[in-house]
Amino acid sequence: MTITVLIVDDSKLARIVAGKTVTSLQPDWRRVEAANAEEALARIAQGGVDLALLDFNMPGRDGLDLAAEIRALHPSMPLAVITANVQDEVVMRARAAGAAFVSKPLTEEGLRGFLSGASLQLRKAG
Amino acid sequence: MSVTVALSALESDALTELVNIGVSRAAAALRKMVGSEVLLSVPSIEVITQHEASALIGEREAGEMVAVRQDFTGAFSGRALLIFPQAHTLELVRAVIGEDTTPEDVIGMEQEALAEIGNVILNGCLGTMANMLRQSLTMTLPSVFHATGATLFSVPNETAPTGMVLFLYINFAILGRDIRGYIAMVLDMASVLALKLLVARFIDSVMSDGAEFG
Repeated sequence: MTITVLIVDDSKLARIVAGKTVTSLQPDWRRVEAANAEEALARIAQGGVDLALLDFNMPGRDGLDLAAEIRALHPSMPLAVITANVQDEVVMRARAAGAAFVSKPLTEEGLRGFLSGASLQLRKAG
Repeated sequence: MSVTVALSALESDALTELVNIGVSRAAAALRKMVGSEVLLSVPSIEVITQHEASALIGEREAGEMVAVRQDFTGAFSGRALLIFPQAHTLELVRAVIGEDTTPEDVIGMEQEALAEIGNVILNGCLGTMANMLRQSLTMTLPSVFHATGATLFSVPNETAPTGMVLFLYINFAILGRDIRGYIAMVLDMASVLALKLLVARFIDSVMSDGAEFG
């Protein structure tokens, strides 16, 4: 089964970076993108998305609201919120939504743990 | 004038993202100082005249403003400002130095505390941006001044006040407190060209080896 990761960020450059980082860690995964929360929810509704990387600070609904919304629809989908905003409240809200917290600027090192965990979880769920 | 006159869509995107990362980190530093969550808007980036920049803040803020200013020079030069409505500054100072401080002490420490808060935020923001662009910037010491919207944005190495500038701003608020303000950066067009080259190089490096963002 090919794993599909949804990358949500209003910055095109940040989506490119996230995409390249995912590919260097998990070359076989398929990547799809969304530029905001609405697009992300529409893409997930189409089906086939296994996990998602969410930017926090976006116009419209932010990444934490989006994480909570996705979580309500998909209780077991691996989610990560990616931001340079390392305030305690932001980290706590991410955890409360059952999302991992990954800091920007995004690096392979920073993303590796989340992707490995997600990969295991998805294989287990089969 | 649209920002695309000065920067390509991807350059503008990249610069906004750099500012976003810089300001997000600075917000985390401010959160440590005030002990409450700092809420940020999405950054806005425009090429406008200083007059228009002033009008943008003036539309939202009728009263007297207090600003902390630091000029930066290096690969690109400009001015960074942390701006508050005057009515909010004592509340901010109190949040930082403690609730049990007497009103006299809060007033006595206002200038010093604002300069320090400005230093943490503006240095944090510009430092992060400069690091990601692999440049170093020299920053002046923070100075606190009082202004109205009309006098907030004059650019170093004076261009005419009607000259175009790159104006970046973000507004923030502190949860549960009556504190809000703006972080703004003003660059004259010569610096915008220098910055454009650095951002283009940054995009190239991201596109080529990509794995490390910064």
